[in-house]
Amino acid sequence: MAETARTPLDPGFTRRYRFHGGLRLQVCQEAPAAQPIRHAGIPAQLILPLAQHIGDPARCLVRVGEHVLGGQCIAEAVGTVSAPVHAPTSGTVTAIEPRPVPHPSGLPATCLVIEPDGMDQTGVKAAPAGDYLQQEPAALLEQLRAAGIVGLGGAGFPTALKLARKHPIELLLINGAECEPCIACDDGLMRERAREVIEGVRILRHIVQPAACVIAVEDNMKESEQALRTALQELDEQHIRVLTVPAIYPTGGERQLIKVLTNREVPSQGFPADIGIVCQNVGTAAAAYAAIARTEPLRSRIVTMTGDGVRSPCNLEVLIGTPVRHLVEVAGGYTDHIERLLIGGPMMGYTISTDAVPVIKTTNCVLAVTAQSMPAPPPAQPCIRCGKCTEACPADLLPQQLYWHAHAANYDATQDYGLFDCIECGCCAYVCPSHIPLVQYYRHAKTAIWAQEKQQRAADIARERHEARLVRLERIRQERAEQLASKKQALTGKDAGDAARQASIQAALERVRRKKEQADIAPRNTDNLTPQQLRQIEEAEQRRASKTTGRGNPQEPPGQ
Amino acid sequence: MEFRRFSSPHLPVENNVNAMMRRVLFALLPGIACMQWLFGWGVLINIALAGASAMLAEAGMLQLRGRPVAPVLLDGSALLTGVLLALALPPLAPWWIAVIGSAFAIIFAKQLYGGLGYNPFNPAMAGYVVLLVSFPLELTLWPAAGNPPDLSTTLALVFTGNPPPGTLIDAITMATPMDSLRTQIGLGRQLPELAGTVSGYLGGTGWEWLNACYLLGGLWLLRVKVIQWQIPAAMLAGLALTALLFHLVDPAHYATPQFHLFSGAAMLGAFFIATDPVSACTTPRGRLWYGLGIGVLTWVIRTWGGYPDGVAFAVLLMNLAAPTIDHFTRPRIFGRSSGSAP
Repeated sequence: MAETARTPLDPGFTRRYRFHGGLRLQVCQEAPAAQPIRHAGIPAQLILPLAQHIGDPARCLVRVGEHVLGGQCIAEAVGTVSAPVHAPTSGTVTAIEPRPVPHPSGLPATCLVIEPDGMDQTGVKAAPAGDYLQQEPAALLEQLRAAGIVGLGGAGFPTALKLARKHPIELLLINGAECEPCIACDDGLMRERAREVIEGVRILRHIVQPAACVIAVEDNMKESEQALRTALQELDEQHIRVLTVPAIYPTGGERQLIKVLTNREVPSQGFPADIGIVCQNVGTAAAAYAAIARTEPLRSRIVTMTGDGVRSPCNLEVLIGTPVRHLVEVAGGYTDHIERLLIGGPMMGYTISTDAVPVIKTTNCVLAVTAQSMPAPPPAQPCIRCGKCTEACPADLLPQQLYWHAHAANYDATQDYGLFDCIECGCCAYVCPSHIPLVQYYRHAKTAIWAQEKQQRAADIARERHEARLVRLERIRQERAEQLASKKQALTGKDAGDAARQASIQAALERVRRKKEQADIAPRNTDNLTPQQLRQIEEAEQRRASKTTGRGNPQEPPGQ
Repeated sequence: MEFRRFSSPHLPVENNVNAMMRRVLFALLPGIACMQWLFGWGVLINIALAGASAMLAEAGMLQLRGRPVAPVLLDGSALLTGVLLALALPPLAPWWIAVIGSAFAIIFAKQLYGGLGYNPFNPAMAGYVVLLVSFPLELTLWPAAGNPPDLSTTLALVFTGNPPPGTLIDAITMATPMDSLRTQIGLGRQLPELAGTVSGYLGGTGWEWLNACYLLGGLWLLRVKVIQWQIPAAMLAGLALTALLFHLVDPAHYATPQFHLFSGAAMLGAFFIATDPVSACTTPRGRLWYGLGIGVLTWVIRTWGGYPDGVAFAVLLMNLAAPTIDHFTRPRIFGRSSGSAP
């Protein structure tokens, strides 16, 4: 299948391909990207979760009360899929404890809390490498890893790991298409810092060594496109191309973007590298540039603070760990009827119940909205199987069938209908005339299946242990039995000796008896007799015989 | 401050079942107007009777099932079922025909299966077929197209079953073009002889206008995306192509494709009945097969069957096949070689 998915690359990238479904969403038309990026400044407290990326949480390296410098590594990566965390500014570690974090579950997680001292002192930096394009890719990867760079587009996969693929890469695709409407952090970055983006892409290109390298922006991001082209010209960069793609949600999704530009489909449950493509976000590229050229670890990022729930929506440069509350203050505070806070965009974002939640490496947007722009969903009606969801699904699934089976808790069937190919983009729920919270059903089904699998694994382990225990018990029982037997033997050893002695006595007696018998038969005293004696014996015998016969037959005359 | 929590997506919803049902009812208006013009007051009387009894039956069943009544009644699906059934009924049929038909449609074909979204058969067509097999005589009471009886005659016929004194029922009613075509061909006559009497410019006399109006409403529904193109297109193609094939082989005995397309319930069926999403196929490819099947079966029943039209039976038969068709026509999932799990 991977083979059919791999159509040859058109070096000119002249065609745009269409993925199935998707939506042209007309929301957030006045994006905050038009205004310059503002610095959010240093908040009163920074909350740094140990897990800001996909993979294992980092391990804390500091203690409560310790003073840290900006850029100091305060938690180290554990294992391969992990990323370190750095102090965004100088200050004192005041707590290491569970705090509310930006996660759909709403559950708290372990965080390092830093109270900044306001001095923003930075630690001793290593001297920047001269021309980084002359360095070994492996050395650059190590620097990216140490700088804690993860995918800033949303997933937060450790960048060094994603770049260090063994396959030869045909295309390095830099994703400048926003994930969702309303999010404008990438747009703002490209407009203002196009050079940094391009420099970052150069670094990534040097590491990956792809045949082609493309930056994709949506066709309604004219300023960004222009800024990138200008930067390319200024840097005299011939190997990077800027291409536009139609602004159809969810083109910003990795799989969809790859399809649009190359007509290749990332295999289900596979990775872009499987079809010779590496995809990175523009923000990640800029962060990579800062990490290599300025030896700066990932301390801040651009976050779009928008929605009709804040007074002046804007793009903000925010220190990682800054609480959402601080962003809202910088954006002019809440409007009167604020009802919902979202992390992410309007289609895939999740709500948070408190604005104490911090910005983490993957936070691209905070939406504060009123019930007017995003009213509570109307009550769900029965599914009438109209098929609008099927038309809208970018993964070519049958959402209404998935819903049917998820609703019935028929999880095998949901998997058969491709539940895990669902990217939870929300297109189906958006078009559903019955207002069924479809994505919620899919998430629930996925969670239930994961829980089942976990339970299954636990049960398998328990069964294995049980069986091993049975085997062990049996072995112990046998060993005990053997031990017992040998002990018993040891105990009853005397009797056994007697028996043997008796047997030998018996044998001796037997021998004696035999000998005796033989003696009875063999040594007769009639052997070796003189003829005279023999004659006497004969006579005696005859006499005896005649006497016997005389008694037996009285009529016969004696001595005839 | 505690903020409210919801599941994504967060944008206000775009579509609405109630609005979809309303739009289907709107799209029926040109057809209803045309039918009223062709066949008189009986059309509106039927719509009122069937609509009201469908709503009553729905309300009663919801009450019995312990479900909320008002929100479900307001979704408009019961009214739509009643109206669609009424449009299939002859305008001079006695009043209890519409009442029994729509009550059966709602009670047996819809609510007993679990209400909206759960019925495997098209309720309006189930109701119609029950009437057709139970009361075949009453279902022939069509007035001559374009020459409808006046209101008092219609009222008398519908509510007493007898024409007003001095009029003969046979002078008012007339076989539909579909019926007479079958009868005449059965009597050994040939199609060219029937031109002008049975058929008009395109389809059956008068009925061609009615079909054109339904086509108009249907195209509007496509435009506003209440229905999708697959089922109507495939059904009309199935009907027309089968008709064309037989017409080319024997033009004297098999009607032209345009006659089939513009007679009977062809357009009503293609755009308003076969497209009932609940009982139809849901996969895009499946909808093509589903529509095609209805088209071909409609032609077969019209041509060789014993009933005035074939749409109702064709739809019900394909309703039976829909789940199976859906199973075999799943789309290929993105990044996979097939529609099911690898």
